[in-house]
Amino acid sequence: MTLIIFKTLLILIIFLISLGIAAYSTYGERKIAAFLQDRIGPDRAGPFGILQPIADGVKMFLKEEIIPNVSNKWLFILGPCIFMVTALMTSAVIPWGLPLEISGVKYNLQVADINIGILYVLGVVSLGVYGIMIGGWASNNKFALLGAIRASSQMISYELAMGMSVIAILLMNDGSLSLNSMVENQGTGKLYGFINISGMNWNVFYQPVAFLIFLICAFAECNRTPFDLAESESELIGGFHTEYSSMKLGLYLFAEYINMFISAAVISCLFFGGYNFPGISYLQEILPANIVSLISVAVLFGKIIFFIFFFMWIRWTIPRFRYDQLMRLGWQWLMPLSIINMLITGAVLIWIRN
Amino acid sequence: MGSEIIFYLLSALSIFSALVVVFSKNPIYSVLSLIVCFFSIAGHYVMLNAQFLAIVHIIVYAGAIMVLLLFTVMLLNLNKESEPHKSNLIKVAAIVTGGLLMLTLLASLRTSQLPVYVSPTDLGLGTVQTVGKSLFTDYLLPFEISSILFISAMIGAVVLAKKER
Repeated sequence: MTLIIFKTLLILIIFLISLGIAAYSTYGERKIAAFLQDRIGPDRAGPFGILQPIADGVKMFLKEEIIPNVSNKWLFILGPCIFMVTALMTSAVIPWGLPLEISGVKYNLQVADINIGILYVLGVVSLGVYGIMIGGWASNNKFALLGAIRASSQMISYELAMGMSVIAILLMNDGSLSLNSMVENQGTGKLYGFINISGMNWNVFYQPVAFLIFLICAFAECNRTPFDLAESESELIGGFHTEYSSMKLGLYLFAEYINMFISAAVISCLFFGGYNFPGISYLQEILPANIVSLISVAVLFGKIIFFIFFFMWIRWTIPRFRYDQLMRLGWQWLMPLSIINMLITGAVLIWIRN
Repeated sequence: MGSEIIFYLLSALSIFSALVVVFSKNPIYSVLSLIVCFFSIAGHYVMLNAQFLAIVHIIVYAGAIMVLLLFTVMLLNLNKESEPHKSNLIKVAAIVTGGLLMLTLLASLRTSQLPVYVSPTDLGLGTVQTVGKSLFTDYLLPFEISSILFISAMIGAVVLAKKER
């Protein structure tokens, strides 16, 4: 019974944190854009403009709701709902930190430790396409439909390379697909077998190629620059959400930031040791377990925030790809590269184990 | 008891959504309810403790194949006006074949029993490890042959779609 209460609380907290981080990502995006372009950025609402997301939210809610006359009304409403739900669903399998111990019982800081963790993430991500496609089609607008087609074909194409690059990690992880065991494995053992720093056995040091492929695919899956062809405003006006207004547009934009948050979390878990940090075992000896657990959660969030910053940094630095360049990169470069990476990883693993 | 209730709910959902696929006038609704149907079937897999099959079912069918189908339906913009008129001969033929199908179904369903939820006995059966092991040992030949089939289908599609120079 206490387990159910704990899990419900955990789900609620993760939900609120996702929304909070998504809200402050909009603020962060504008501040970072301003910083990179040598401007000041939003500074009117509250000190340093810190209340800007709330002002934006109020603005979104108070705008007029417009549902185009000719569109399919139910699907038009369903689109953003599906996009938001799929964005929030992914966080269920991410291990947020070391287990907490309350009155002698250990509670994992993970909603569901299913043995197909990473496949679950890939599956839910592939469902996000529906929100875009249904929304773009129901708008009954050529630009929206074109944007939806671009977005979904891009997501389908990059999913393949993404899945292939993860296989190399799975091979190293003795074939376990659970994200929890992947993170645990990165906290034990010596780096390259001789560098003895506890909690530093990160996958990125073994699989830099897989990490690069995964990162590029994550950009494409989130429809972020340099792959934001879905909404390239100079060609398609606004892409699949051209016809949307008020909070329905808000849901689309919000879900995009949640997607970014989740992919940052998945990247940190797969390649950067999740909640592990150098010196974790030393801290475990001198501090109570619960405090180390909270520190590990903070470390994971530090990594996530760094990757969100990285996403924004790229967005304001690199121009957008052309559509054929995008497809060529996905199919002719990333796919073969990830397959070769997988083969080499397998061969090296067999060579080491024999 | 709880799993039995879930089983009946899932079964009702899958049958209802399958009926919507057939009876709905709007092809978009058909496609969307087919996706719901796939999800309820994936739910059945989870109930049988075959998590891997469930998630692969979702990734392959709901995530890839249905997206392509939705693409086609949305781009073709099927509606009543563009549907060709059918002649009386075809209508009669459809009635006869439909009646025959119903006869066969009735004959086969007459002796069958209603499905009952059977809880899985071997809990490790549906994991990735067991499925992978049996695919690559006991069923290696069928597995490889089906992958060759897929590859040839893919190459065939590329050859057909390629412009002649």
